[in-house]
Amino acid sequence: MMKMLLVFPVLVPMGVAIAMVLFRLDKQKANTAALMGALLHGFVSILLMVTILDRQAMALWVGNWPAPAGICLVADYLSAVMVLITSVIHTAVIIYARKDIHSSQVRMGFYPFMQLLTAAVCGAFLTGDLFNLYVWFEVMLMASFGIMVMGHSSGRMTGAVKYVTMNLLSTLFLITAIGLIYGLTGTLNLADLHEKMALVENTALVNSVALLLITAFGIKSALFPLFFWLPASYHILPVPVSAFFAGMLTKVGVYALIRMFTLVFVNDTAMTHTTLMILAVLTMVSGVIAAASQTEIRRILSFHIISQVGYMVLGLALFTPLALAGTLIYLVHHIVVKANLFLVSGLIRNAAGSFDLKDIGSLYKTNGLVSVAFFIPAFSLAGFPPLSGFWAKLLIIYACLESQHYMLGAVAAVVGLMTVFSMTKIWSQAFWKPLPTDGNARVAVRPLSAWMMAPVLGLAIITIVTGLFMEPVYRLAMVAGEQLMNPVQYILAVKGGG
Amino acid sequence: MEALLAILVGLMIAAALYLMLSGVLVRFVFGFTLMGNAVNLLIFAAGRLNYSDPPLIDPQQTILTGQAANALPQALILTAIVIGFAMTTFLLILLVRTFDQTRTLDTDQPPFHCELPDVGLVDTKTGLPGKKG
Repeated sequence: MMKMLLVFPVLVPMGVAIAMVLFRLDKQKANTAALMGALLHGFVSILLMVTILDRQAMALWVGNWPAPAGICLVADYLSAVMVLITSVIHTAVIIYARKDIHSSQVRMGFYPFMQLLTAAVCGAFLTGDLFNLYVWFEVMLMASFGIMVMGHSSGRMTGAVKYVTMNLLSTLFLITAIGLIYGLTGTLNLADLHEKMALVENTALVNSVALLLITAFGIKSALFPLFFWLPASYHILPVPVSAFFAGMLTKVGVYALIRMFTLVFVNDTAMTHTTLMILAVLTMVSGVIAAASQTEIRRILSFHIISQVGYMVLGLALFTPLALAGTLIYLVHHIVVKANLFLVSGLIRNAAGSFDLKDIGSLYKTNGLVSVAFFIPAFSLAGFPPLSGFWAKLLIIYACLESQHYMLGAVAAVVGLMTVFSMTKIWSQAFWKPLPTDGNARVAVRPLSAWMMAPVLGLAIITIVTGLFMEPVYRLAMVAGEQLMNPVQYILAVKGGG
Repeated sequence: MEALLAILVGLMIAAALYLMLSGVLVRFVFGFTLMGNAVNLLIFAAGRLNYSDPPLIDPQQTILTGQAANALPQALILTAIVIGFAMTTFLLILLVRTFDQTRTLDTDQPPFHCELPDVGLVDTKTGLPGKKG
């Protein structure tokens, strides 16, 4: 009966999405219903996390088809943590959206799309079947397309075209890889693949399939050189949506990479993980350098997503328990902080009237609370102790040194330093610089609402608390890292039906 | 048979890539559809093409006896076709709406091409290095 818990993180938002269609004409009711849905999702996610802490891993065969023919839902530490963090971000975004989303956008289906997106993201985290993963990716894409094209501003369409075309291409690569994997092994169940992939003699084909998957998930997670769609599309979205996209969507790609390259493609790490390592370093460096040339706040932040994804993939590429623990902490830290920064960018826009650093200034004097709200996640992102970003970077760099990749450690440290440059740029330009006289504010200054401040400060508190109490988080991450390196519990849960 | 299909899939993907890279978004849709079909054929071939009998269980039996075609790739392809159909429809509508605003679907033309904000590196009117940055 406990295993039914695995269904609810997907089922709850899906049910709420259907209900939200009924409420779309009445914004007040829609706000309340969406919040209730988000809280309910949070509740089942916490239940799942508690259960996984108790049982390490569990699997559910949907429809009771015998293994390995049916579709199964699996949760281990990684999945449970990702589902939990999804529900946190979802709740924060829904609370923020209350004051930020127009009733016209609610009429066009903002809430149903958000709920469907959450359902699809959780589905991707929980599935134990490769084809099912592809289906969840498609659901996620459809929901994100729907949100992306709400409203008609002219910049939006060209950005949406880039986002849509690149992501469609990535799904084609993904399904090509799936077809080839099926041809090689005769199974698409991830736990089953772990054993069968080792038996395949045609290593050249296995490696080409691995590269196809790196390409497919690399587009999703914005790896070098496939990231150009991301900064072209994220700054045109409504603020709460961009926060959810920035926090979650690229990380689903990273999650899929972690799953595939710890569970399935582990027999020729000299090829696959070295490729990942090279890509990770190039991603880190190119993202952070590109960010330096930008002046629009959300574009700066978008390029930083790219450089941070590099850190996570670097941890995966090092492929030691410590590095994987670092990746996991980095994932959680980054999702919280990046979603928070995008929400704060909306506060800055409301307080100063523009996203562009050239048009704004002196916010430190006029809006003390916004300064605090920006300061905490920004310097957590840059890696200042004792915030969560410091520990995340420290673990990745330490894992580099431990496995004697000294150059990688140096690059990671330098990229961290350049992140400080970008964050101080926003800080000095938006908060300290006097208001420019020739700046042209594009939107009217709007009053700040407690509904918008609350999720921002809540997420800031999460980053402070995880930073201050790193010991238990680190221990949990190490357990999860060991579990990923040696996935016996995962396989036992799937195979043994337990 | 597999070799023949492999060559066909290769040709289709080559043609699809050519269309997708041509820079005109309408051709991208054609390329996308063509590539989707090529991938479906690939999955079909990956399921082995040794037998062509339908995988139907005899009324007197409880399990499948004898050799039959592999049903799983067909189920996968069916799913992929449905999803691909929805995606193509969405893409077409998106392009119509985009065309309403941009009046072009050529990605070398301004609304697609000059989307980066002016950071002062290049004067957009003269194309010479600017003075703002």
